[in-house]
Amino acid sequence: MLEKAWKGNLGYGLWMAFLLLLIAIGFFFYLRQLDYGLGITGMSQDVSWGLYIAQFTFLVGIAASAVMLVLPYYLHDFKAFGKITVLGEFLAVAAVIMCVTFVFVDLGQPGRVMNVLLYPSLNSVLFWDVVVLNGYLLLNLVIGWMVLTSDRKGAPAPPWVKPLIYLSIPWAISIHTVTAFIYAGLPGRGFWLTAIMAPRFLASAFASGPALLILLCLLLKRLGLFDAGEKAIQTLAKIVAYGLTTSIFFVLVELFTVFYGQIPEHMHHFEYLFVGLNGENMIAQWMGVSAFLAVAALLMLIVPNWRQNETILAVACAATFVALWIEKGLGLVVTGFIPTPMGEMASYIPTGPEIAITIGVWALGFLILSGLYRIFIAVREEM
Amino acid sequence: MAHSRREFLKIAGISGLGLCLPASTGLISAIAATPAAGPPPKPLAALKAQRWAMAVNISKCKVDCADCIAACHLEHNVPDFGKTKDSIRWITSQPYPVVFPGVAKPRLPGESKPLLLPVLCNHCDNPPCVRVCPTGATFKRADGITLMDYHRCIGCRFCMAACPYGSRSMNYRDPRPFVRKLNPGYPPRTIGVVEKCNFCEEKLARGMLPACVTACRQKALVFGDIKDANSEIRRALNSGFSLRRRPELGTGPQVHYIL
Repeated sequence: MLEKAWKGNLGYGLWMAFLLLLIAIGFFFYLRQLDYGLGITGMSQDVSWGLYIAQFTFLVGIAASAVMLVLPYYLHDFKAFGKITVLGEFLAVAAVIMCVTFVFVDLGQPGRVMNVLLYPSLNSVLFWDVVVLNGYLLLNLVIGWMVLTSDRKGAPAPPWVKPLIYLSIPWAISIHTVTAFIYAGLPGRGFWLTAIMAPRFLASAFASGPALLILLCLLLKRLGLFDAGEKAIQTLAKIVAYGLTTSIFFVLVELFTVFYGQIPEHMHHFEYLFVGLNGENMIAQWMGVSAFLAVAALLMLIVPNWRQNETILAVACAATFVALWIEKGLGLVVTGFIPTPMGEMASYIPTGPEIAITIGVWALGFLILSGLYRIFIAVREEM
Repeated sequence: MAHSRREFLKIAGISGLGLCLPASTGLISAIAATPAAGPPPKPLAALKAQRWAMAVNISKCKVDCADCIAACHLEHNVPDFGKTKDSIRWITSQPYPVVFPGVAKPRLPGESKPLLLPVLCNHCDNPPCVRVCPTGATFKRADGITLMDYHRCIGCRFCMAACPYGSRSMNYRDPRPFVRKLNPGYPPRTIGVVEKCNFCEEKLARGMLPACVTACRQKALVFGDIKDANSEIRRALNSGFSLRRRPELGTGPQVHYIL
């Protein structure tokens, strides 16, 4: 079945070649990073995590969102999702591979990565994150593959796949919960030290992931390759609407606690994030865009007539995705470090090589996603 | 950081003396502080404690002095990147409001006249860095010192996010070309690992006090066993009111600042 990924029309070939080029550029700069050290990035002693870890955090959400298809289909027998659960699982596979790659390129000593398993530290959240992410990758790869091969044969999937599918549901919740715990348990980092971190992560994941899936489905339909069906798309759109509403609500809840409580250590981070602090307002400008897009997307999604219009839906999903990418993929990580636990200002601006490596990893994910979707479509065409 | 050439040479000389000896007597033997004339120095017994701790006597610490920093950086091959985003911090001097952000307020002595205080790893009783490390590369010793295994560290920097004192530094680039004078008695680090103050455990093992403590001519730094009621540090702490950095976080810092 894997050989089907190599076959496609000219457009597919050009798209894959373009992705390979981006990967090659990213890899070139990664070799330079290996040689020079992580100092090639904008990261510093004060802001010790940046773009890489932020992308990782955002993409864990995309990966976890597959559960929004699996749960209705397998637990509630919601038939409309039957055709596309595999698409969700393959999206999860590509997203988790990006996550793991982003953590890997962020390591100062990548050659020692196996130390995490050689010296397992049960007290470290990062150890558990490695466990749950790799487990989730394996689960989705096996489930997606088995379901697709049995679809091809026109037979039901082997009985041992069902328990794995049920296991994948709480597992999806776990990957984003554990990832939130990386941040939410650190003393002295007022911005992250909040119990709502995991719920917030999940809410934004259930908006950004399905939004991306809708965009992918609409694209496949536009290209005449695969039609997910009106009902599946519209149900996903409602999921995005609920996810986005909850996500915005959780942010407002945080803003209340922080600004009504007025503890400076907590307040300064949110000031930096939304309006800028001591003249540092680059992130705040991005967050302004994020807030505007989130509210605009919410409007487009909650008015039924607009949501049912495919063009408006596509715009709303793109706005949701970008808004939440800015929030998690730019704002969340850096703001935790600024100001420092000692109240000092710090700054972070990603460098060219850092951005090139980041784009390279995204391209790797899209290469894997395109290959997997190509297989999915080829199998469908045979049926 | 301002430092006269004479002072620098003096410290370099003392440290240089330390450099010569391990080569001839091996690492385990002790180094006497006296010139190595006559018979080889008798090995000193390792200094031991139930719980090592440090006290900084604020009134004795001089604003324009950086002897402790120079001695530490020489002893541990800390690279000098200048004031850049990559610069490594073992012991630094910080203005009073940065050392005690929660306590700082107008009209405290530190606000009216410049007051710089040495800050270093607090060797916490309950260190968040140790809690989060995914490989056990940073760990706590029975005598209270929080240590790093530079050969196990994968450079994930989780410990840096966890430390509420900014006491940990990443080797964002190769430090060796920036080590002014290599001390073979302590390993220089490689690229991509995290490092920090180690309370000079390598010197304690050879019967000597930490480099910063011996370098301080004002005797502002006191080091000893805080569990021993008769120790110098306990006497110093009994002498007046003292603060610790952000104790409300429950980390149990063991560097005390005597007012």
